[in-house]
Amino acid sequence: MSVVQSKRIVVAMSGGVDSSVAAALLKESGYDVIGLSMQLYDQREGDVTFGSCCTIDDLHDARRVAVSLGIPHYIINLERRFEETVVANFVHEYLAGRTPLPCAHCNSELKFAELIDRASAFGADEVATGHYARVDQDQATGRWRLLRGVDSTKDQAYFLFPLTQAQLAHAVFPLGHLRKTEVRELARAQGLPVADKRDSQEICFVPNNDYASVVARRAPEAVLPGRIEDTSGHLVGQHEGIHHFTIGQRKGLGISAPAPLYVVRIDAGTRTVVVGAKTDLERSALEATSVNWIAGGEPSGPVRATAQIRYRHAPAAATIEPLGTARARIVFDTPQPAITPGQAVVFYDGDEVLGGGWISATLR
Amino acid sequence: MTTRIYLDHNATTPPAPEVVDGMTRSLREAFGNASSIHAEGQRAKAAVDDARTEVARLIGAEPGDIIFTGGGTEADNLAIRGVLDAAAPTRSRLVVGGIEHEAVINTAKALAKRGSAVTVLRVDRDGLVDPGALADALADDVALVSVMTANNETGVIQRVAEFARLAHGHGALFHTDAVQAVAKIPVDVAALEVDLLALAAHKFGGPKGVGALWLRRGTLLSGVITGGRQERNRRAGTENVPAIVGFGVAARLARERLATDGPLVGALRARLESAILELIPGTAVNAAGAPRVPNTTNIAFENVEAESLLIALDLEGIAVSTGSACSSGTLEPSHVLRAMGLPHRRVQSSIRFSLGSTTTGEEIDRVLAVLPGVVQRLRAVGRR
Repeated sequence: MSVVQSKRIVVAMSGGVDSSVAAALLKESGYDVIGLSMQLYDQREGDVTFGSCCTIDDLHDARRVAVSLGIPHYIINLERRFEETVVANFVHEYLAGRTPLPCAHCNSELKFAELIDRASAFGADEVATGHYARVDQDQATGRWRLLRGVDSTKDQAYFLFPLTQAQLAHAVFPLGHLRKTEVRELARAQGLPVADKRDSQEICFVPNNDYASVVARRAPEAVLPGRIEDTSGHLVGQHEGIHHFTIGQRKGLGISAPAPLYVVRIDAGTRTVVVGAKTDLERSALEATSVNWIAGGEPSGPVRATAQIRYRHAPAAATIEPLGTARARIVFDTPQPAITPGQAVVFYDGDEVLGGGWISATLR
Repeated sequence: MTTRIYLDHNATTPPAPEVVDGMTRSLREAFGNASSIHAEGQRAKAAVDDARTEVARLIGAEPGDIIFTGGGTEADNLAIRGVLDAAAPTRSRLVVGGIEHEAVINTAKALAKRGSAVTVLRVDRDGLVDPGALADALADDVALVSVMTANNETGVIQRVAEFARLAHGHGALFHTDAVQAVAKIPVDVAALEVDLLALAAHKFGGPKGVGALWLRRGTLLSGVITGGRQERNRRAGTENVPAIVGFGVAARLARERLATDGPLVGALRARLESAILELIPGTAVNAAGAPRVPNTTNIAFENVEAESLLIALDLEGIAVSTGSACSSGTLEPSHVLRAMGLPHRRVQSSIRFSLGSTTTGEEIDRVLAVLPGVVQRLRAVGRR
C-alpha cells in the first residue's frame, strides 16, 4: 500500500475567519495541516473574558474549525513568552512616552520564532498564518521577498517588517492574493463555523481599547502626573500620566482652547505632554532603530522608497538613509503629520517590503 | 493508518465490551425510574442494587454504605463538604495532603473562602505526605483529614491506614480519594481504616459521569446535592441507571482481574521505564523512591518541553499526558511535581505514561521504537 506523504504545515489559528480560511485552503491543496493556537494570557480571572482575540471562546472557535476541517488542533501555552516580550515591551514603551506596536513584536518573536521551532519539532517545515501578505522567492538570487497583500484595505505586510530571511523561508501566507470579501465567501462556502464572526480590530490583550489601564495595572508605580504645555513652554494643563497620550491625539486633553490642540510631543523624562496646532504635527524626517532589511543586509547608500509610518497611512515618497548599527534616517519628500515614536516605519518599493524599523525620534 | 497506542489510562479508560453491553441493555430494557413503585421502577432499582453490590465488593464494603454520585469529583465534594457541614462548630478545620487532586484542593479552597481553616500537609521529594506534618496539624479543631490513596500523576501510594489511625486519635474523620488506586491495587475500606472513600467508574473500564462515595456507617454527613430522597437521602436525583449498571459491570471485572492484571501491567511498566532510562540520555523517573501503583510512570526528559513532546507523540499516534490539564486545553504546571520540590524546568519536562489492562507488549515495543527519535528531534530544535 503506497502512502502519499503530504507536506506537513503548521497553521497559526486564532479562531478568526482569516486564519480559519488559511487552514482550509491549505488542507484543500493537499497539505498535512496541523492547527496550532497560542494561549497568550491567563483566562482564569473569573468568568469575564477580556481581550478581543485569543480568548477562551476564540480558542474554542479555532478548535471547532479544526474539527470541521478534520485536522488535529493543539493549544500551546506561550503566556510567559508573551508577557516577557510583547506585554512588557508594550508597557515599557508607553512609559517611555512612545506608542507601541505590539502586533509586530508578536509576529516576529512569537508567531514566526516560537511557532517555527515548534513546527520543526512536529515535523513541519513551514508555518502559515492568515495575514494578508505575500512571500515569494527571487529565482535568480534565492532571496525571499515580502510583499503586500493584494487587498490594499486589509494588507498587513506593515506588521511583518521584522521578519528575517530565515523566517520568511518558512512562512506561508495563503490569503495574500485574496480580498477580504473573497475570504468570507470561502468561509461560508466551506461552512466554517466562524464565517460570520466579526474581525478583531483591537490589540488582542487590551480590553475595550483601554490601553492606559493595561499600563497602570502592570506598572502602577510608574504612572505619574505631569504638565501639559504649549509649544512655547507655557503650562496649559495637567495630566494623570503620559501613557494616556499619543502623538496627534486631539481628544481627552482636558483643555479648552479656541483652536483645536493636538499632542505634538511627549517627554518622558520631564513627564511633559506638549500640545500644539495641527501644523505643529508635521515633520519631514524621522530616525528609526532596530532596522530590519528584508533582503538581509543593509544597503551601502541611500535608497528611494515609499515609507509608511502607521498602519492606516498611505506610504509617502521618501529617501531612506542607512546610518549603520541597524539605524536609519527617513527623509520624506513632503512633511508627514503625527509621526509617532514607538510605531514602525516600513519602506516599500511598490508592493515589495524593503524593510522597516522602530521610530525613535522625529526631525523637523 | 496505524492504530493508535493509548497510554493515558489514568485520564480515562476504554470501556470493556461487557460494560457497553450492560449499559445498552439497560438503556433499552430497564428505563424505569428506580424510585417508582411499579414494575418498571423495580426493575431499574434492582439493576442499581446489583451494581451497588459489585462496587461494594470491589472495596470490601457493605452495599448499604455505597452512595452513587456523578463521578469521583462529586464524591470528593460530598465527602469534604458533607463532613464539614455536619461537624460540630468547634471542628471546622480541614487538613489535606499536599498533592491531592484538584477535586479536593479546590473544594478545600472554596471552603476556606467561606471561613473553614485549611491546612495543607507538606510532602517529600517523592510526594509522600510527611507523617510528622500530619501529627503537627492534628488538633481538636480538625473535622476531617483528606489524603489520597494513590496520586494520578506519579502513581505514588500514601500510607493511608497509618494516617487514618493518627486522625482518629484526635477525633478527626479520614477521607481518601481512592480514584486512582481502585482496580490497580487491592483497596479495602477495613484495611485502610478510613471513614470515607471516593472512587470513579471511568478509571477502570466503566462509563464517565458516575462514581461512588463509601461512608462508614454512623458517619455524620450533610447532603450536597439536595432534593429527593435517593441514595438514602444522601444524594438526590434520579439515578443514572445505565451508568450505574456500567459501573457495576466494570467493578466486577476489575475485582475478577485484579490479581492477574496488576503484575501484568507492572511488568510492562517496568519494561517501558527501564528501556527509556537506558535508551534515552537525560531521563529520570519522578517519585522513583516511593511505592507506586503498577501502571504509572512519570518521567522527566531533560531539555524537552513536555507540551511539545505530548503533541509530537500524538502526531505519531501515541497518547500520553502530564496529568494536569486546564480548561483551555493547555497544560498547567503540575502542582504535584512542584509540591515535591522539583525544579521548574524538570516539572515542565515531565510526562506521564499510564498503562492499562488493554496495553500490550507490542505497544510498548512500538513506543520504544518511536520515542528516542522524537526526543532527539525535540532536543535538536529546542533552544531551552
